[in-house]
Amino acid sequence: MLTLYGKDLASRLLLGTSQYPSPATMSEAIRQSGASVVTVSLRREMSGGRTGGDFWGLIQSLALDVLPNTAGCHSVKEAVTTAQMAREVFGTNWIKLEVIGEHDTLQPDVFGLVEAARILSEDGFAVFPYTTTDLVVAERLLEAGCRVLMPWCAPIGSAMGPVDLFALRAIRGHFPETPLIIDAGLGRPSHAAQVMEMGFDAVLLNTAVAKAGDPVGMARAFGKAVEAGREAFVSGMLEPRDMAAPSTPVIGQAVFT
Amino acid sequence: MRLTINGQDREVSADTLTSLLAELEYEGAWLVTAVNSEMVRATDRPACQLKDGDRIEIMSPRQGG
Repeated sequence: MLTLYGKDLASRLLLGTSQYPSPATMSEAIRQSGASVVTVSLRREMSGGRTGGDFWGLIQSLALDVLPNTAGCHSVKEAVTTAQMAREVFGTNWIKLEVIGEHDTLQPDVFGLVEAARILSEDGFAVFPYTTTDLVVAERLLEAGCRVLMPWCAPIGSAMGPVDLFALRAIRGHFPETPLIIDAGLGRPSHAAQVMEMGFDAVLLNTAVAKAGDPVGMARAFGKAVEAGREAFVSGMLEPRDMAAPSTPVIGQAVFT
Repeated sequence: MRLTINGQDREVSADTLTSLLAELEYEGAWLVTAVNSEMVRATDRPACQLKDGDRIEIMSPRQGG
């Protein structure tokens, strides 16, 4: 059972709600994925409240935990204010903290991230920081009050999957007791299975499902991959070896000459 | 007075945040507001006096990754 900030979650897949071809497809994809947490955002309301109201009604009908984000924020001030507003409207102290530092890669501004994480943690938020695999930054985020870390495995929406296995192994190894969620960069179910096999606690993804040819089918596939990867991890996998090892018993083999 | 509302300049007659939302026909418990980059809770909107040049943000839940 995955426990994040004291909350037990049935699924190790967290799914985004953006970019689906229709609200109905989004809802069905979320259901079929088995995800128990969905990510949401806040944006300017230009239609008297109807746009946000329709979306929020749909999300509430799914009866899942909601993780609001600070997507698009480029400064500590923007992220902190957005987090406060999210807590007000979504009624949760969970916040997926994003402080973007670089436009092309959407790489987090890790200095601003640590500062915002400290401010929000002291204000009672349960901070889920979108970060890199940098070990020192991870340590600073924990010192700032984070109890969960969300390292990327590749840039948001890139679908590249785990491109730096050394870095991923290192952060997993350095923080064995901290829930680590791979957030961003996953493109295929096999990517999700791979990082789960490495011992990561969960994955968070959006684009790979929402922009698939069949988002509902892909959501199901990711759900299975996450479960398979986790079960493989806890079951103990064989290490690769250079030499062959026969799987059929050698003893008892007949000799024909 | 003249306000900047969600990035657009508007001339309005409302003088509180509550009356502004009513004047602009905004409604819904899912709305969240800020004045000059500081959040204003729903319960504080009636007492939130607006002044010329204020920057108002009116936000609501949206899709997110």
